[in-house]
Amino acid sequence: MSAIMVLVLVGLGLGLLIGIAVKLFAVETDPRIEQVEELLPNANCGACGFAGCADFARAMVGQTASAGQCPSTSDDAVKQICALLGTEASQRTAMVAVVKCGGNAAVAQAAAHYNGISDCRSASLVASGAKNCLHGCLGLGTCARACPFGAIEVIAGLAVVHPELCTGCAKCVATCPRNLIEVAPASTPVHILCNSPEKGAAKMKVCKAACIGCRKCLNAGDEGQIQMAGFLAKINYDNPPTAGIAASCPTKCLQPVAAAARSAQTTLEPCEVTNG
Amino acid sequence: MAEHFLFHGGVHPDDGKSLSCHCTIQDAPLLEKYLLPLQQHIGAPPKLLVKKNDNVLRGQCIAEPGGFVSAAIHAPTSGKVTLVGECPGANGASMPAIEITSDGEDKADQSLAPMTDWQDTDPELLKKRIGAAGIVGMGGAAFPTLVKLSPPPGKPIDVLILNGVECEPCLTADHRLMLESPGRIIAGAQILARSLGLEKVYIGIEANKPDAIRQLRDLTANTNIKVVELRVRYPQGAEKQLIYAITQRKVPAGGLPMDVGCVVQNVATAAAVAEAVIDGKPLYERITTVTGSPVVSPGNWRLRMGTPLSMALELAGGVHSDPAKLIMGGPMMGTSVYRLDIPIMKNTSGILLLSPEEVHQFTSQACISCGRCVDACPMTIMPGTLSVQIENEAFDLAEQWNAMDCIECGCCSYICPAGRPLVQHLRRAKAEILAKRRAAAQK
Amino acid sequence: MTTDKPIKLPDTSKLIVSSSPHFHASQNVSHIMLLVIAALMPACAAGVYLFGWRALQVLVVCSLGCMAVEACFCKLIGKPLSLRDFSALLTGILLAMNLSASTPWWICLVGCLLAIGLGKCIYGGLGYNPFNPALVARVGLLIAFPGAMTTWVKPEPGKLLSDAVTTATPLGQLGTDNIVGHDYMSYFLGTIGGCIGETSALALLIGGLALILLKIIRWQVPAAFIGTVAVITGLAHLASPETTATPLFHLLTGGLVLGAFFMATDMVTTPMSVKGGIIFGIGCGIITSVIRIWGNYPEGVSFSILFMNALTPLIDRYTGGKPFGARRKEATT
Repeated sequence: MSAIMVLVLVGLGLGLLIGIAVKLFAVETDPRIEQVEELLPNANCGACGFAGCADFARAMVGQTASAGQCPSTSDDAVKQICALLGTEASQRTAMVAVVKCGGNAAVAQAAAHYNGISDCRSASLVASGAKNCLHGCLGLGTCARACPFGAIEVIAGLAVVHPELCTGCAKCVATCPRNLIEVAPASTPVHILCNSPEKGAAKMKVCKAACIGCRKCLNAGDEGQIQMAGFLAKINYDNPPTAGIAASCPTKCLQPVAAAARSAQTTLEPCEVTNG
Repeated sequence: MAEHFLFHGGVHPDDGKSLSCHCTIQDAPLLEKYLLPLQQHIGAPPKLLVKKNDNVLRGQCIAEPGGFVSAAIHAPTSGKVTLVGECPGANGASMPAIEITSDGEDKADQSLAPMTDWQDTDPELLKKRIGAAGIVGMGGAAFPTLVKLSPPPGKPIDVLILNGVECEPCLTADHRLMLESPGRIIAGAQILARSLGLEKVYIGIEANKPDAIRQLRDLTANTNIKVVELRVRYPQGAEKQLIYAITQRKVPAGGLPMDVGCVVQNVATAAAVAEAVIDGKPLYERITTVTGSPVVSPGNWRLRMGTPLSMALELAGGVHSDPAKLIMGGPMMGTSVYRLDIPIMKNTSGILLLSPEEVHQFTSQACISCGRCVDACPMTIMPGTLSVQIENEAFDLAEQWNAMDCIECGCCSYICPAGRPLVQHLRRAKAEILAKRRAAAQK
Repeated sequence: MTTDKPIKLPDTSKLIVSSSPHFHASQNVSHIMLLVIAALMPACAAGVYLFGWRALQVLVVCSLGCMAVEACFCKLIGKPLSLRDFSALLTGILLAMNLSASTPWWICLVGCLLAIGLGKCIYGGLGYNPFNPALVARVGLLIAFPGAMTTWVKPEPGKLLSDAVTTATPLGQLGTDNIVGHDYMSYFLGTIGGCIGETSALALLIGGLALILLKIIRWQVPAAFIGTVAVITGLAHLASPETTATPLFHLLTGGLVLGAFFMATDMVTTPMSVKGGIIFGIGCGIITSVIRIWGNYPEGVSFSILFMNALTPLIDRYTGGKPFGARRKEATT
């Protein structure tokens, strides 16, 4: 009986001590930090340049950062944050990542069976990735694993961005050993899914969906909407062409945004992807 | 009494040399076309001296060194330059190359005169000749020989070691060379010793080549060259391990052999040096082993640079059955390739084919910390621990744990019971750490 | 040269590319586990011979139990079934060898749950566990069921179906009453009270030496462990021959031989390098001796190994990673 009493008393005493300590050593925090943090995506992707969402929220409350720096927050949430902090909402362009390769397993064959670590950067050190196209997607999903939003999926040996999930945080960009990922304005209606600087004939040999540098899209669009960089057509993101231009591409390398992910899913039989 | 010298770690894979170690070196017939890569060495790319439709002679210099660490390239036969373009390389990427179509006459270029009086020639002239002949390390690394012979002041060299270890399983090119042209190797050793101005020369040979050891010992009986019999243990032929086994000197971590006064050259390189100096013949051909269980008649061939792999395989009679792996080099450090149009280069010591049964399927399990990789690592780092760090992308930690000291010899992956791709992990880490260092240097 | 058949060149579409090396040693994890299990068989047979069918029952229940728990965990977290590496079977056998023949079946099953569940699977399975699973279970059971875990069966060599007569272990007797005249031969052969697998030093030595010859374990670890125990108990015996037992008594009784050859050499939970293994063995030896001579428990092998398991990452950090050619000052770890 006395044991129970002693334990109860010790418990009460220690509890009281903690309670006093909490009051005594309380750290003043701005309640707005927590409110702002709740409005952020909390994926801690680091695209804002801060150590994480909490750090970013602190910076915003301290007026050293603006909500527009976070590419992943919805416009609505940005407005709410600005209202909360009494700042002006700046104009933002929503961005989205694009994997500039359309060479899935069906159109761009692997050169050999790669047998090793399932990571693009490790694979690129073995026979340069064992894909006939030396510039195409290796499809081992290093970018997909890096994406904090689950917006990249490897379909038939090709990394495909789901634009509705992508927030344009650009965390995937540096993970690609072939530098295939570019962050473009989300409003761009079409993308060129090829990044190979090789000559058209060489590209055609290794991939059926390559940009062969035929310039048909240049003529189909208005002046300056598409520019040539060597043998590769590039979209001018400041003056993008309309989705209709995709029809002009003989290799279907020029793809409307929404269709890119969908076509990969529907028109292609799931291919046997090399064991990694 | 055999002397056996030791180094830490290593493994003992099945050596597989019996397939080709009794096959005498055969000359390859002249080909119609050679696709000659310009970058056959470590270092700066050479400067091309010819253009399309130029006529060239056998041994004519067609590209000159593009820097201090670089090497000249010579035409493998006489004929016409029919293409200046690209060829596939062993690492999967393409590289600049020229195509030479043979005129069938195989006329030799005479610009390098034989130096019959090399014993009295100025060492500087000997070095100049070695550079002009485009000689690079033929054991695998393809490091320009002239650079090794030109140590910076303050790094005195007193020991020359010829590497006749050939510790890679399956390869027999150096073994055959030591049996068939021992005179060349010894002359090469003397030329190299003269150009370095040193007396102490060792030839290190693994104990599994007793015939080569006996022959070279007989021929060097009254010279300053000492033939050392070494324990059969992979990687006995790795530069730092070889130096340690023979001289007991430890090359400092991150250092070079010259830091301990040593120069190591492959025996094939020494033979090439002798040919360059005594015969005035630049490096345009080498001995390559074509072997493996799927090969119809494995053997050793004298192939000219620019010979495609397919031609080398045809010389060996083709294959019985489709191989699952095609490897340039040996099974421990060679590169697996997937094209038959890759040309033979100055460092292609072997072409190895593996049947599907011989190929290890990648099945990486968790590290069970058995420590076999630690026991096997000749550089005494901890590959198992490193691979876990690298899997978690902790490259800074891997750098602290000495990932950069890895020589990629493959002992750890070979021995790992969990089948972990330790070498591939370490390659990745080394690439990341180098990229980080480069970025830091630019800042 | 004319050939009858056209020359066949490799079909490049069938080629595999991978990182070097392209040769691999044939021994894999399953082989190692099976060899260790085989090396335990003499001691298991000795246990069954000495303690009868009850020992066999404990062995079977623990083996099957551990494999069942492992299979359940694999299913639960959606990992492929990992029974084929035989590590669960090995843990089960080691657990049984650390139990008394009179252990009821349900305590065995609790032990399996502790060993595989708490000792291994919650860390992520084979390779990730910091502590030896069988010892986690043994110590857990010792604390939870002190009565059942310290009831020892009197060995009845060859009588498989005899009734259980309880006895004490020599180490246990040492704490309570003085033994007059040690029968070292029976300690060596194992005709004494104790766990199923620990009494017969002879059978354990056969298996242990086989593992050393097969290069599955390093001789340095058991040598360091047993040597340290011999030195410390020897010094203690020299200091006061009246109150302490001889070193030979300490070597042959209790779980020392089992621990030194089969537990302190467990790959996952012990240091990777030879140097680390020796430090590990010495540490185990010190703790074991201290517990046996001055501690409350009669036996300290399990505790010592578990304690040193906890130090393994530290030992690895300070014994490994000095590369070939590094100057002493530059060793960065």
